Amino acid sequence: MKFNRRSFIGTGIVAAATLHAPIVLGAGKPRVVVIGGGAGGATAARYIAKDSDGAIDVTLVEPTRSYYTCFFSNLYIGGFRDLKSIVHSYGKLASEYGINVVHDWAVGIDRSARTVTLAGGAVLPYDRLILSPGIDFIDGAVPGWDVTQQNKMPHAYKAGSQTELLKAQIEAMPEGGVFAMVAPPNPFRCPPGPYERISMVAHLLTQINPTAKILVADPKEKFSKQALFEEGWQKHYAGMIERLGPDFGGGNVTVNPDAMTITIDGTEEKVDVCNVIPAQKAGRICEMAGITEGNWAPVHAHTMQSRLDENIYVLGDASNQGDMPKSGFSANSQAKVAAMAVRGALTGSKVFPAKYSNTCWSLIATDDGVKVGAAYEATDEKIASVSSFVSQTGEDAAMRQQTYEESIGWYAGITADIFG
Amino acid sequence: MRYAGGVVVIWAALSSAAQADEKALQIGDAARGAEVFQVCAQCHQVGDGASHGTGPHLNGIFDRKVAQFDDFDYSQGILRARRDGMVWDLEHLEAYLTNPKTLVSGTNMEFAGLSDPKDRGDVLAYLRGFSANPQNIPEAAPTALKQDVELPPEVLAMVGDPEYGEYLSTECTTCHQLDGDYDGIPVITGWLEEDFVLAMHAYKQKIRPHPVMQMMAGRLADDEIAALAAYFGALE
Ligand SMILES: Cc1cc2nc3c(=O)[nH]c(=O)nc-3n(C[C@H](O)[C@H](O)[C@H](O)COP(=O)(O)OP(=O)(O)OC[C@H]3O[C@@H](n4cnc5c(N)ncnc54)[C@H](O)[C@@H]3O)c2cc1C
Ligand code: HEC
Ligand code: HEC
Repeated sequence: MKFNRRSFIGTGIVAAATLHAPIVLGAGKPRVVVIGGGAGGATAARYIAKDSDGAIDVTLVEPTRSYYTCFFSNLYIGGFRDLKSIVHSYGKLASEYGINVVHDWAVGIDRSARTVTLAGGAVLPYDRLILSPGIDFIDGAVPGWDVTQQNKMPHAYKAGSQTELLKAQIEAMPEGGVFAMVAPPNPFRCPPGPYERISMVAHLLTQINPTAKILVADPKEKFSKQALFEEGWQKHYAGMIERLGPDFGGGNVTVNPDAMTITIDGTEEKVDVCNVIPAQKAGRICEMAGITEGNWAPVHAHTMQSRLDENIYVLGDASNQGDMPKSGFSANSQAKVAAMAVRGALTGSKVFPAKYSNTCWSLIATDDGVKVGAAYEATDEKIASVSSFVSQTGEDAAMRQQTYEESIGWYAGITADIFG
Repeated sequence: MRYAGGVVVIWAALSSAAQADEKALQIGDAARGAEVFQVCAQCHQVGDGASHGTGPHLNGIFDRKVAQFDDFDYSQGILRARRDGMVWDLEHLEAYLTNPKTLVSGTNMEFAGLSDPKDRGDVLAYLRGFSANPQNIPEAAPTALKQDVELPPEVLAMVGDPEYGEYLSTECTTCHQLDGDYDGIPVITGWLEEDFVLAMHAYKQKIRPHPVMQMMAGRLADDEIAALAAYFGALE
């Protein structure tokens, strides 16, 4: 057995250099550092800590103390949830699972030294690193907009204060005003997300400002659950929503946050609220680690290991894995596979074949829920879809209501699975 | 696993090769079915003037959506199946009468089921006579009874690997809560293993309606279902 000298430095851990060979337990426990305490990262940290019974040292790096789930944040906008109900803390992960939760930003990764540097200056050594930093926005994706404009034109695509701000702006719209959305190109976080949002904005406006209009500029020909959303918009919000696809210039958009205007295919329009959801890429730390190709971090489907560094695993939105949509459900599903692989690599525990699945619910109006889902398997090339389903148009009200109720059950289930 | 009789009867997948050869059976003998119905009669009425008792009356049951009477107090489980769009066609009646829990966990029909396929066929032939529009039932469906399949004893004796069950369960806990809380998705901890296995096979065979569970169960092998039943069954 060959030892990697670097792993001695500062850590005292004797690490086996051979991939998959269990770490030899020497002076200390193997260390896993997880960056990002969202759907992917928190699940991975929890499962590794829970299933390794203290044999692995788990550190979770996450700047915020309160995680607002993007999932169900649209329901907050629609008035179906309050903000309190979508916020989660890291208390249980620390107290019940013994995870070392560090509230800080990771600002650097030294892959050869196997260390993570935090904004506060701390340097964390790792044997395996898990990255689940979510998304960042591509600079210049929507001309006229950058993150410094996010208070004038919120994205609300990372939940919390942005979501609150967007809702407040909608509530403050003048009577008969215009809400505009700049929808993102593929691939992006939560394919039905923008359209569920449109539904929820429409729901809110129907109650407080029924003559208001919704304008969506969309660079995509088609979108997720389109037939279901369009059927629902027609049924519940007839005449309120106008969507301009690429044929009508929906892909040729600039904005002016100071003037509150949006220009679609050369035609300028004054709007009251402008929700800009720009094109997306993997959370910046992936780029800094040098594990991205294009905008995302490619991974092996069997383990979620980075294709560029076998000691790093990338989960959730940041990864380029194949067919799974970028969703909280997917991130949670991938995290469990990665957690098993990491434990196998570090402690020699049993590793079973990867299984993945996803279901995304969306709420269109009161008690009108729909869903789409698929099961996946790992191939050498990618995570490949093996079967799928989607709600049908024309379903009766009882089924739609049941679907909505299931989504509430799912929210309770997945957040318990993520945060303990 | 706790299979009292050692043999559990389920049904063949529609596509199974064995079935292609099988000659179509008559749905059953309605006259004999009237006698079999005596076991149902303590709870169900059928025919002119039938009203609800412990169970709802069974007039016009064929090809009707399940649990249709607003004036009968059904269980939550069967109401869920109704919202899922389940219909009392021959296949579903057959499964329900074999073992009501196969189709509807938590049903209020406190009845062990008719284990003899002949009894089921006959009682269904009898009930079919009280269907509002028996002539509208496509001939193909009610005249060909699907062959029952006995799970081979080695499959039944299969002891699930608990470690494997625990791993597989991680796919379920995204929706089903381990602590047994109900927020809109059924609780699946602490079940009798047999009920669990039957329910999962019913989704796998697409007899129970529900796209999510049909998909989840559809890719589980028999031993995986056994492992899950053992794992969840042991949780309180
Ligand atoms: C409006 C909306 C609705 C949605 N609805 C659904 C839904 O119904 N169902 C569903 O399944 N999904 C839904 N999603 C998608 C879901 O929210 C994401 O796919 C999911 O959160 C991705 O998980 P993740 O772990 O990749 O990233 P995140 O959950 O975003 O977590 C990333 C975490 O990493 C932290 N981080 C980033 N960089 C660093 C760094 N350098 N150092 C330390 N920490 C860092 C961030 O603070 C963040 O907490 C929705 C999304 C949106 C926007
Ligand atoms: C001990 C009482 C009892 C016996 C015996 C019984 N049932 Fe039931 N049955 C019920 C109850 C109660 C329900 C309502 C189920 C629920 O709410 O989950 C029911 C429901 C049904 C339904 C569904 C009705 C609907 O409206 O959807 C059918 C079909 C049915 N029974 C057929 C039978 C047949 C056939 C037999 C005899 C082989 C039988 N039952 C024996 C109590 C009984
Ligand atoms: C995406 C969410 C989701 C996942 C993941 C999921 N289930 Fe389900 N499950 C449901 C829903 C919704 C129902 C109710 C279905 C219905 O109406 O018949 C259900 C029903 C069930 C039932 C029947 C419950 C009853 O009371 O009749 C069982 C058993 C079950 N699931 C087991 C599992 C197992 C085992 C797994 C993992 C392999 C799993 N489920 C994964 C959503 C899920």
